[in-house]
Amino acid sequence: MLRFILLASFCMTCVTSVYGGTPIAVPDTMAERVKACTICHGAEDKVGRDAYYPRIAGKPQGYLVNQLRNFRDGRRYYQPMAILLENMSDEYLYEIAQYFSSLRLPYPAPEQIPMQSEEIELAEHLIYVGYPGRNIPACSACHGDVLMGIEPAIPGLLGLPRAYITAQLGGWRNGGSMRGQVPDCMSEIAKQLTDAEVNAIAKWLANQSASGEPRPFSTLLPELVHRCSQNIMANGSKE
Amino acid sequence: MRRLAIKYHISHYQFDVLLLACMVSLLFFSITQVSDVVAEEPDRSIEVQHGAYLARVGNCMGCHTTKGGQPFAGGRRLSTSFGIFVTPNITSDKETGIGLWNQQDFWQALHQGKSSDGRSLYPAFPYTEYTKVTRQDANAIFAYLQSIPPISQSNPPNDIFFPYNLKPLLAIWRILYFKEGVYEPDQSRSDAWNRGAYLVQGLGHCNACHTTRNMLGASQDDTLAGGQIMGMNWYAPSLSSYQEAGSGDWAIEEIVELLTTGITKRAVASGPMATVIKQSLQYLSQEDINGMAIYLKSFTENEGGNTPGVRFLVMSGSLQKHLDFGGQLYEKHCQTCHGSDGKGVPGIYPALADNRSVMMSSPLNPIRSVLNGGYPPTTAGNPRPYGMPPFQQILRNEEVALVVSYIRNAWGNRSSLVTAVDVDRSKGRN
Ligand code: HEC
Ligand code: HEC
Ligand code: HEC
Ligand code: HEC
Ligand code: HEC
Repeated sequence: MLRFILLASFCMTCVTSVYGGTPIAVPDTMAERVKACTICHGAEDKVGRDAYYPRIAGKPQGYLVNQLRNFRDGRRYYQPMAILLENMSDEYLYEIAQYFSSLRLPYPAPEQIPMQSEEIELAEHLIYVGYPGRNIPACSACHGDVLMGIEPAIPGLLGLPRAYITAQLGGWRNGGSMRGQVPDCMSEIAKQLTDAEVNAIAKWLANQSASGEPRPFSTLLPELVHRCSQNIMANGSKE
Repeated sequence: MRRLAIKYHISHYQFDVLLLACMVSLLFFSITQVSDVVAEEPDRSIEVQHGAYLARVGNCMGCHTTKGGQPFAGGRRLSTSFGIFVTPNITSDKETGIGLWNQQDFWQALHQGKSSDGRSLYPAFPYTEYTKVTRQDANAIFAYLQSIPPISQSNPPNDIFFPYNLKPLLAIWRILYFKEGVYEPDQSRSDAWNRGAYLVQGLGHCNACHTTRNMLGASQDDTLAGGQIMGMNWYAPSLSSYQEAGSGDWAIEEIVELLTTGITKRAVASGPMATVIKQSLQYLSQEDINGMAIYLKSFTENEGGNTPGVRFLVMSGSLQKHLDFGGQLYEKHCQTCHGSDGKGVPGIYPALADNRSVMMSSPLNPIRSVLNGGYPPTTAGNPRPYGMPPFQQILRNEEVALVVSYIRNAWGNRSSLVTAVDVDRSKGRN
């Protein structure tokens, strides 16, 4: 009997409504299934429509799975998404992540925020050199030489709006409910940044145009793999 | 000096706790010794397996696990109008869980709502329903809980508001509203019906949500008459009224389909009901879920076909105009999924035409759907559900009111209009 139900409902998903008014043809695709997401995470021409909703298309799959679980399980807080994800299995989250990760959409044009030269210097130092004395590696060591991320679990830093970057770093720094309930390699770094540093980085990153691909896992130094093992091991895999 | 005092205080306290723990464990040691001999059964693994199944039916894990936390280790916060309850750890951990309990303690909790120390438990733990569970089933659940690995996790205490935190009040409450007693089969009904009644009234604790509650949070009757869930902005419809979620005119298979997959051609489970299906009902055996369906159907079996009363009102011109605004919003935001005829797509997008959830006298759930959107639960029968977007960030309260008023009165639907105030009231809280 249960088999029958399974089969029946499976068939239903391929069916097109045939009776009454205008029949709706529902494509049996992930794009159709995630319409509830793309209303905010704009696909196509809606990219960057709203400064605050982050781009998720093209981000590494492991990273996306990680975030979806965090939203669902209350480790990262944004209620509208928590409600949508509440009754979803890990398998489905994995599939949704895979879908968004596979999308290749054009990136929005970079912002044009005026910056003082000292600010630029400060940002570039953090991003490409880091402060070993404060145990802060260069952002590029983890986020890839072109800052487009490293597979499978470290996201790129370009193509994100400034407001979003500031909010994320702020979420970690406050150790509050927004992000980073569970400390990881990124929250440890963010906690050490000063206000001036956060501002400079957010402006600088938002001003760059995004291009290039995420780097393969092999480009991540072993000590950094170790440092971020929580993000990489726990969530890159399906289970 | 001050520091010293504090230090003394702490160690004194620790000493007390230690002493208490020793006494308690000694006490339990002697009891468990005795009952272990009695409980020695040959088929322990079968009992444990059966207990695991029953714990699913009772969805013990749903409440006794925090989001993303360790199963059965408790810590989930349940907010009610009486305060915030924090579920206890019911793993076999000896210090923080119920590892030192014996069968009798467990029975006392499930059947009488008393903790092992005799303390009366708050009915946020649905022992008001679980009291119907047989001793044999309770023992099986206990055997299962004792078989899962202990997890050491202490949870914060309940935070119950005055005056509900006064113990005498709970005692009075229990006298007034708590009926202790195992389910008694109705001999005039079939075995399947009785099985369904046993599960719905007992372990399934459907009445914990599907009921009207009085000011003291007591369920007003046990006919699953529906009501707003305490501490939640959701309305759990009556399962015994044809106008709400009664299923008298449904085929048994369709009720089973709703309860196991979360979606049928004319209904879809949302919010807390989706959670119940995801965590519990989808795992029920064919026999048990059938029994439930037969029992649920029997509430309204003889009413089938009655057209709901009240629903007819003649539309004035201004009313029609009001609804037309809603219609335009519908066309723009909703039609691609739910269709211009409101018929949706079976098994994918629910029909809104002739949909009871849309027309219920309480507009809470349809308003919530529009504000927050949602996905039916992922289940074995519907593992990759389609979703509804939230509109909270796009439509103003007035617009939500218009579009909900429209769907409540389009395609032959008839129900009350919704105002922006209703919409505002439906926001917030899960
Ligand atoms: C109401 C608008 C809205 C909807 C609908 C929505 N999101 Fe989001 N999403 C956001 C916002 C805002 C954030 C950023 C939250 C934060 O700052 O932590 C976000 C963050 C994310 C992130 C993390 C991005 C990152 O780089 O860290 C992922 C992944 C994501 N959403 C996926 C989804 C999926 C999948 C759905 C559909 C099931 C969805 N979202 C629906 C608004 C939305
Ligand atoms: C040790 C490795 C490491 C270093 C160094 C590092 N990051 Fe990260 N970063 C991560 C990881 C891992 C994540 C993903 C966190 C998660 O899964 O929640 C992340 C995430 C982020 C995000 C969130 C992106 C999004 O889409 O939501 C931002 C912003 C960020 N890092 C900025 C920075 C900046 C700026 C620096 C340099 C100051 C930096 N990171 C240095 C490992 C690192
Ligand atoms: C609706 C939520 C809910 C569900 C479902 C639920 N419980 Fe509980 N349970 C609670 C709450 C809340 C308490 C604490 C009550 C109090 O503190 O007075 C509790 C207390 C208990 C206790 C007493 C623990 C102690 O230390 O005194 C036991 C045992 C227990 N539950 C077992 C179960 C079992 C077995 C099931 C499944 C058949 C179950 N619970 C399902 C909410 C729930
Ligand atoms: C945690 C609270 C909760 C519990 C426990 C619960 N329900 Fe529900 N139920 C709801 C809510 C809220 C709705 C309305 C939302 C919806 O339509 O899905 C609902 C809706 C329903 C519907 C109508 C669905 C539709 O759309 O027509 C049925 C049938 C139902 N419940 C049966 C049950 C049965 C049987 C049980 C016990 C095994 C049960 N419920 C336990 C909260 C609950
Ligand atoms: C992308 C497709 C889509 C769009 C657009 C959409 N819906 Fe939905 N709708 C759904 C799905 C899927 C569900 C089932 C959601 C659930 O289970 O929580 C649903 C559920 C509902 C429900 C609850 C039905 C029930 O039986 O409980 C109502 C009411 C509703 N939608 C109204 C609307 C209105 C009004 C709009 C426009 C403002 C709209 N929908 C737009 C897909 C959609």
